[in-house]
Amino acid sequence: MKFFAPFKLAGRALRRNKMRSLLTMLGVIIGVGSVIASVSITTGATKQVEDKVASLGQNIVTVFSGNFSSGGMKGGWGSAPTLTVEDSRAIKNEVANVVAVSPEVRDRAQILANGQNWNTQILGESPDYPQIRDWDIANGGMFTEGDVRGLSKVAIIGKTVVDQLFVNDDPIGQTLIVRNIPFKVVGVLESKGFNLFGQDQDDVVIIPYTSHMRRLSKRTFVNSIMVQAASKDTINQVQADINTLLLDRHKSAEPDFTVRSQLELMQMATSTSRIMSILLGAIASVSLIVGGIGIMNIMLVSVTERTREIGIRMAVGARGRDILIQFLIEAVTLSAFGGILGIALGMGAATITSHFTGWPTLTPFAWIGIACISSAAIGIVSGFYPAWKASRLDPIEALRYE
Amino acid sequence: MQTNAVIKLSDIHKIYRTGEVDVHAVRGVSLDIQPGEFVAIMGSSGSGKSTLMNMIGCLDRPTNGNYFLDGLDVSTLDRDQRAKIRNDKIGFVFQGFNLLSRTTALENVEMPMLYNSKRVTSAEQKERAEKSLALVGLADRADHKPNQLSGGQQQRVAIARALVNQPSLLLADEPTGNLDSQTSIEIMGVFQKLNDAGITIIMVTHEFDVARYTKRMIILRDGKILTDEKVADRFIAENELRNLREAQQAVKLA
Repeated sequence: MKFFAPFKLAGRALRRNKMRSLLTMLGVIIGVGSVIASVSITTGATKQVEDKVASLGQNIVTVFSGNFSSGGMKGGWGSAPTLTVEDSRAIKNEVANVVAVSPEVRDRAQILANGQNWNTQILGESPDYPQIRDWDIANGGMFTEGDVRGLSKVAIIGKTVVDQLFVNDDPIGQTLIVRNIPFKVVGVLESKGFNLFGQDQDDVVIIPYTSHMRRLSKRTFVNSIMVQAASKDTINQVQADINTLLLDRHKSAEPDFTVRSQLELMQMATSTSRIMSILLGAIASVSLIVGGIGIMNIMLVSVTERTREIGIRMAVGARGRDILIQFLIEAVTLSAFGGILGIALGMGAATITSHFTGWPTLTPFAWIGIACISSAAIGIVSGFYPAWKASRLDPIEALRYE
Repeated sequence: MQTNAVIKLSDIHKIYRTGEVDVHAVRGVSLDIQPGEFVAIMGSSGSGKSTLMNMIGCLDRPTNGNYFLDGLDVSTLDRDQRAKIRNDKIGFVFQGFNLLSRTTALENVEMPMLYNSKRVTSAEQKERAEKSLALVGLADRADHKPNQLSGGQQQRVAIARALVNQPSLLLADEPTGNLDSQTSIEIMGVFQKLNDAGITIIMVTHEFDVARYTKRMIILRDGKILTDEKVADRFIAENELRNLREAQQAVKLA
């Protein structure tokens, strides 16, 4: 039998019953469509979360004071004052593959400038902070190591603060009053938008951590320490080394701190959407299987209906194999066409969803391939039994069939 | 001439073992058919003629005995091998025409070539099918579908299909069973013309009148050959058709 002949035959047989072919395909169309739509939506969501986590900075390991469950009391990150500036120095000097460290002190305060006032977050950081967070200075410059040593009253501010306090003026060189202490604005950060938890990251004033601890909050402990590893591959090693170092320094059996890497945060943040995608994928696969059953059903009907045709073909010399291929290709054509239409439907549905809800959607290229292959496979699996049945018919019986 | 028989059956038996009772449909048939013969196999229902026909057509194989087709023993071949033999050497014409519906005459005639072991290009398929249709006088109906053709025309398409692979043998099973008497004579005329051109034809029929268009008549009873003789007063389709027309004319004039 010629190679293209069965495809021609299949096309003709399917065109003969257009409505039936379309309805049979509908099962696969809906199955593949829902797989593609759900994958697109969850991939888009995952991508968004990943982007947010990535916006925290590059290869970051964060040390929080306190432990999730310390001494029977369930605390949280930053709940106990255990981390010191010396800890951060030790990390910078003793742990390999650490490129930048910034102890972090957090506080909220009312700030005054230009006759306006605004409640915002005041962060105490080291000059490494913009590098760690992968956050550029739009205007002016970062304060220096000298400012840290000299407890300088300097600040860099986020975009939101600029919008609130310095609408028409250049903020550089202006003075901010925080708890009656004047700070000079030396830089303005690029806009970074909202973080993973929906907080406005641009609503911030950053000052040297020493100034924060001595002048503002009068603290001896830091809330957390941000550490940047040299590369993605060294994050886990850096995390483990920090853990060992701090356990040794704090001389406690149980850790009174928590070390989290960006990788872990990424996993935690994307776990929800991963579960969602598994769930949606499972439901979609069920509908794909139902589509396959539909094809099998119609192919069985078709074989019975065309028993006489099969008899004629066998009488003029078609072997069982030729008949098998003919019906198999018919089934595969049905499901493959269904698959292609399903991909189009799924991507269309994802685009519409994205348009009306504003969720970002993304159709991974691999999944289009998976959808194509699995719909063809469904055609083979569901078409095989009917085709095999057709190929086993006895030509004499088949010719006699009314 | 005895040596290169198209068909040589020696002591063919067919026993159907269905249920508790064995049905002995064919009980020892021996038969030689030479190239260029035109043979009618007759018999009442249950005489075993259909069973014999199926075996000659390689749709079935004998329980006992040997069957040589073109000198090749085909009585032991398996399903696929028999399919190949049918494709190469045998052309079938059925009572119910058995054309594929909603498929043009040309495509119906092309169909057997799909299953040729040697690849035939689609241009060659078309050419051969057209030639075959011209042979049965239907060159101008190639694009018609079966439901647009009369019974006689449909049977001609079936004959064209049977001839397209140039078989050694044309096998017709009650080819006139669904046709009126005039069309039957026309179809027998087609067979006679093909036979005159050298094609070997075996036809199963239960109508004595139809059998008289052939050259040799074999009558079966109870699975055995009862008589096997030359047709004495053979009908020639052309003459019969003329007689029929004259008779119709006479009725109208009267």
